Order: sequence, then C-alpha cells, then structure tokens
Amino acid sequence: MSNIRRALDSWERGKERAPDRFTRSGIPVKALYTPLDVGGGYVDKLGFPGEYPFTRGIHGEMYRKRLWTIREFSGYGDAIETNRRLKYLLQQGETGLSIAFDYPTLLGLDSDDELSRGEFGRAGVGISTLDDMELMFQDIPLGTVSTSMTINGPAAVIWAFYILAAEHQGVLPAGLRGTIQNDILKEYMAQKSYIFPPEPSLKLVVDTIEYSSKALPQWNPISISGYHIREAGATAVQELAFTIANGLTYVEEAVGRGLDIDDFAPRLSFFFDSSIYFFEEIAKFRAARRIWAREIRSRHNPKKERSMWMRFHTQTSGVSLTAQQPENNIVRTAIEAMAAVLGGTQSLHTNAMDEAWGLPTELAATIALRTQQIIAEESGLPDTVDPAGGSYYLEWLTDKMEEEAYAYLDRINAIGGVVKGIKSGFFQREIAESSYKYQKEVEENKRIIVGVNAHIQGKTAEIPVLKVSERYERRQISRLKEYRRNRDDQKVRQALNHIQKVAWEENLMPGIMSAAKAGATLGEIIGTMKDVWGEYREPVIF
Amino acid sequence: MSGKRRIRVIIAKPGLDGHDRGAKVLARSLMERGFDVVYTGIRQTPDDIVRAAIEEDADVIGLSVLSGAHMYQFRRVARLMKQNKIEDVLLIGGGIIPESDRPKLARIGVSAVFGPGSSIDEISSFITSRCRRLK
Repeated sequence: MSNIRRALDSWERGKERAPDRFTRSGIPVKALYTPLDVGGGYVDKLGFPGEYPFTRGIHGEMYRKRLWTIREFSGYGDAIETNRRLKYLLQQGETGLSIAFDYPTLLGLDSDDELSRGEFGRAGVGISTLDDMELMFQDIPLGTVSTSMTINGPAAVIWAFYILAAEHQGVLPAGLRGTIQNDILKEYMAQKSYIFPPEPSLKLVVDTIEYSSKALPQWNPISISGYHIREAGATAVQELAFTIANGLTYVEEAVGRGLDIDDFAPRLSFFFDSSIYFFEEIAKFRAARRIWAREIRSRHNPKKERSMWMRFHTQTSGVSLTAQQPENNIVRTAIEAMAAVLGGTQSLHTNAMDEAWGLPTELAATIALRTQQIIAEESGLPDTVDPAGGSYYLEWLTDKMEEEAYAYLDRINAIGGVVKGIKSGFFQREIAESSYKYQKEVEENKRIIVGVNAHIQGKTAEIPVLKVSERYERRQISRLKEYRRNRDDQKVRQALNHIQKVAWEENLMPGIMSAAKAGATLGEIIGTMKDVWGEYREPVIF
Repeated sequence: MSGKRRIRVIIAKPGLDGHDRGAKVLARSLMERGFDVVYTGIRQTPDDIVRAAIEEDADVIGLSVLSGAHMYQFRRVARLMKQNKIEDVLLIGGGIIPESDRPKLARIGVSAVFGPGSSIDEISSFITSRCRRLK
C-alpha cells in the first residue's frame, strides 16, 4: 500500500484539480480511486456470491444459471383488454407477469363508485370482483407463470381474488408463485395510495405474511419498495435507508405476532428504482444486500441463510424520462437497466419511451422488452457474477452508501421509528426537500437533462400514445351490475359482517376469501374494513 | 414593500392519484418567487378545489393529474368555476397529459398545460403575464 501511496502522491503533484463533482445523493466524487480507497476486509465486506453478506449477489452463479425475470408492468382498461395485452407480452418472450391497477382499485373502490369516475382503467386495469380477476387471467396458466401485482391498501382482497381465480383453474394455493406489493409504509411516505391508518394497515400486512407462510410457501406476500420513495424525489441514499427501515419494521411486527423469522423472512422481497446516475445505483443495490443481511442476522439470528437474502425487483426510473425528444428515453432506460443487472436484480421492468406522455403503446412496450433481451443475450453482462465488483470506485461508493444509510437508520431510530416518523411528517419532509433541491439544480443548469435544459430541439414531434377507450368502462360497469344481480346478497352480508367482527382479533385472510367467494366486491370488503378502522388523512407537507 | 396584493395561487390535486412531487415542488417554488400559494393536498374533489379558490380569493388554479383522469377532472373544475362565476380565475394544468388532449383542454378553459420537463420559470412567467392581463 505504501508504494501505491507514493505513486499516487507523485501522480497528483502538479495536477490542476478540477472542482469536485457530486453523485445524485450529494456524495463528493474524486478524480480517481485506487486500492487505498477500498481498504481490506474482502471476506467480511464482499465475500462470495451466495454467501454472507451477499454483497456480490444472493446466488453463487447468478445469471449464468438463471437470468433475471423479465417482467413488464402492464394493465389498462378492463380485465378483458388487459388479458389481451398480457398474452401479447408472454408471446413476445416476457417471463413473468406484472399487473398495474387503476386508481379506484388501488384505493379499494369499485369501478362504478362515484369517486371512480374518469379514473377507470386509466393508470392500470380496473378490478372489482373475483369474476374480473378470472377474466384477466383467462387462458393464462397460473400454475406455471408467476405474477406480480402492484397493489397495497387493498392487497389482501386482490390477493384473495387471485388465489380463488387460480383455484378455479385447478391450481392449488401452494403451487402459486408471485408477489403482492403490499408495502403500506411507503404509501404514507411517498406513493400515497393509503386507505386505513398505519396501525390497522400493518395488522393487515402481517395477516398476509402469516397466511402466506402457511398456505402459499412460494408466494412473496410483500415487496418492500424504495421505488416510489425515490420517484417522489428521494435520493438514492434515502431510498436505500427508508426501504430498509420499512423492511425492519415489518419484520418486527411479524416477529411480534409470534412468527418464526425463518418461516417468513425468506419470502420477503424488495423493489428498487434504477435511475440514471450509473455507479451510485449499482452501489446502492450492493449495499442494500449487505445491510439487510447484517441487520437480519444481528437482530433476529435466523437459522436459514435464505432469511438474510435480499431478493429484489427493479424498475428503471419513470421520473428520469423526458417528454422532450422521447426517443432519448430508450437510451436512458438501457443505461438504467444495465445498472440494475450489474447490481444483481432478480427481476426487471424497463420503462417505455412514451411514458412521460401516457401509458405505453404496444410498440413502445415491445422496445422496452427488447432492451432487456439485448442486455441479457447480446451484451455478455450475465456471463460472470458481479462483473463491476472490484472497481475501486464502485467498492468505495458501496461502502459510502452503506455508511450514509446507517446514518439515516440512526436518525429514524432516534425519532421513535418508522410509524412515528410518518405521522410527524419526517419522511415526507425529507423527500420534499430532496425533490425541491433537485428541481432547483435543474433550473440552475447544475444538473443537465438532455432535451430539457441542454441540447434543446424546439418543439417535440408528437408521438403516438395509448388511448384508453371509454368502451371498456361501459363494459366493466354493466358486467359489475350483472355480477351483483346474480349473487346471494344474504351470503355476502353474512361474510362482510364476519369481517367486521374479527377485523382486529383474527387473521382476516380466511374471512376475505369467504366474502370474495360469496360474491362480495372489492369496494364492499374494503368499505367494511373502513367502517371498523376509519380512513387516514395525511399531514400536508411541502 | 408596496401595498400591491401578491398573486394568489391554488395548487390542487383532483382525483385519486397520489403523485404529488410536481405539485409540491411547484407550490414551494412559486412561494419562493413571491406568490401567495395554497396547496390543497391529494384526493380533492372539484367541489373542494373551487370552494378553496373562492374562499382564498385566488387568481390562479393549478391542477395536477398524473392518473390519466385529467379530461374528466379538469372539465368538472371548469364547469364549477363557471357555475360559481369565477371563470376569470386563470386555470392551468400539469401532469402526464398527451399532446392530443391539449386542444380539448384549451376549449374548456384550461389556459396552459405544463407537462414533465416544464421549468418553474416558464410557469411563473406565464402566470404573471396572464394575471396582469386579467386585471
């Protein structure tokens, strides 16, 4: 090391130094990194893939053995139309499904609710009943495909619909593979699709974790998500820290109910953003695995190695896309997708170039899918494990991300934990502060966005966007009315009464399944829980 | 300081979507540029928004929608503004809004739509120039 020191000193001597640069999280970046920045401790800090602390990956052979799952987030209009798009994506080589729901569904409202007007099928597919769920997956074999569903407040109900739809296909719950996002804490922090107050929401999340550990051992009952925190304006460091804090909160809640760490921790999954500042993203993923493994081991002492795995899905950054010169978004997405792969993701969604304008057209969605296929099959990135590992810069930055994340974890601890921080607006304020700072940097041209504040080309040519026909809404509402007419209202009422009675006392999953089977709608089931638990109003902070 | 009243802006999120990053950044940025700003928070109905505009005696209503429900929500706000005789209040919008919807929004009284990549300067000078003209 001392001869490196000497050589470095002489290299630096007499050089005119350019001003410091900073990562997106504000970490200063030097001109050059050397072995002096990394230090020792290879086994302790990095180790081997598939071994603690999993910095280099959770599997020994990573993508040499199995590629990440190509999972394009999709859904619009009604169940019938979305079924068509899902089948198209599977035919094009997608390897897992990922469902986007519309706002009424995300908030537990039926498609014909007064508040749903104008929103049906716009930001995703509208699902109100078990029948809708069955139609969405018609002719898609749920015993072989895995499905990820981006649903939070009403996740338990949507999951019940899915389990029952699979049963009707002849697939038993134990054979189902997939994920419900079900991460309510980040809803209060960032995405804002909360329904109930935090305490009952957490109770319901633990119900699903407990239920899956018993009946659906291959299911991920939660996807602890940094994505939305980041997109709402957080830095990579904040995304990392808040996500891990949320994850540890769920673990404590589940352990608090008496669950054994090894019965549920292996099925906890995560979801991160991959934005455009390349190395900081790769470092974030690697630091995340290491912190999670360390914290689970030191706090909960699991027996299974898998309990310490951080498995995660990644989506490229929607916010990084520009409305101006939209074709440039293909390039941004490719860079972000590469960072996710170099970070060791388990599955990946690549955004389409037209998403600053609307939902993706079939062509734009296909290019996004092809981007992943090019990385997977042409670039050679999957040929060795953690190919960027060992870069002096990357290893230094991985350590730095870890250090900064721990500083946040200490602060969160000091303010009394995640739920307290949500109620006092701590997280919301931190995120608002970062997004404001970022916008200011863009306005002042300290951050360059090609096509926005540099290399501007005048008026952007209009690109085609997906039109969501109003025909879908009419079709959905008439089907929904028909569905309500054909059920036994007495049975529905009984099932809902039962949910109301046991909401706090028992695991709600069996009750929700019975209600869904009896024909209760999403809005009715969630409405019953609102009667017991009330609705959350957030402190407005900006 | 002159006694001149500052331009008063309501930034509101109608409908169900919770994407409030743009609305919040804009609210704060306009405040720093000397506007009086009220940010309503998410999940506001058009009635809530128009009532707030009347109570606050607003000069401008800025609506932000990223869920695709902009046609429906903006139209309802515009209609309520007319019913309440406050159509002289400047109505602007932002969010994920396809180019092809913009002429339709203009026809119902949305004076400008600011999509992703719009700068705060652009928005604030638009407001200032239009409010001067309205007065």
